[in-house]
Amino acid sequence: MNVATAVFYLIAFITVVSAAMVAFSRNIIYSAFSLLGTFMGVAGLYVFLGADFVAAAQVLIYVGGILVLILFAVMLTHRITDVAVTNRAAGTVPALIVVGVLVFFLIQAIQETAWVKAKEIVYAPTTAKIGDLFLEQYLLPFELASLILLAAMIGAVALSRKEIKE
Amino acid sequence: MSPNELSSYLIIGAILFALGLFTVLTRRNAISVLMGVELILNSANINYVAFSHFGSGNTDGQVYAIFVIMLAAAEAAVGLAIVLAIFQLFHTIDVEAAQTLKE
Repeated sequence: MNVATAVFYLIAFITVVSAAMVAFSRNIIYSAFSLLGTFMGVAGLYVFLGADFVAAAQVLIYVGGILVLILFAVMLTHRITDVAVTNRAAGTVPALIVVGVLVFFLIQAIQETAWVKAKEIVYAPTTAKIGDLFLEQYLLPFELASLILLAAMIGAVALSRKEIKE
Repeated sequence: MSPNELSSYLIIGAILFALGLFTVLTRRNAISVLMGVELILNSANINYVAFSHFGSGNTDGQVYAIFVIMLAAAEAAVGLAIVLAIFQLFHTIDVEAAQTLKE
């Protein structure tokens, strides 16, 4: 077992264990901070997959943006000085059964399917290729994305402002 | 399981998806439900990038992954604004408490 394989196992372990903490932790603060491990682990997996730009975007947007937003929302909606910041769950046993059966069949399908393989696996910088694709083949979705971000910004401001009652 | 196999990444994606689905199904806290959605989106992204690396060999999958990240950011902003509005109105973010559109 060489170093790369060991690092891969470590990253996969961190990703899955943090995701399990998000799913099973009784304290929502622990859940929110475990999400950090999952996002960083997924960024590490992107590095293993030769996707440098996506890994950087994952760290910048998920860890730097979405996680901070979630932490703000947690702290604005809970009194974090309380000891028991609960994170209640309902119907755990049926959900566990459904999810367990689902993951069993998913893993079986993954292992039994003969996936199409690329002729050769290349590790090359992807940023220039992604930029070309955005401005040529995916120009319309790219422009729509800017519209969606504008709509989301206006929507978030409109939703979270305080309404003055007369 | 090894870093040079497609199936190991797909299995990690499947486990993340299952844990995210479990979170969405069982949590009664709206912010936790949003965290579960983020886990599900991340698992989809792992599959996109893994297939782009091992299957097609081009970068189209990575472009889709970036679109998903962008949509997740928009979803988190609007979703959390809705959660805060619900909290101001009902003084709880239990998803079962918010059953009416007005006070």
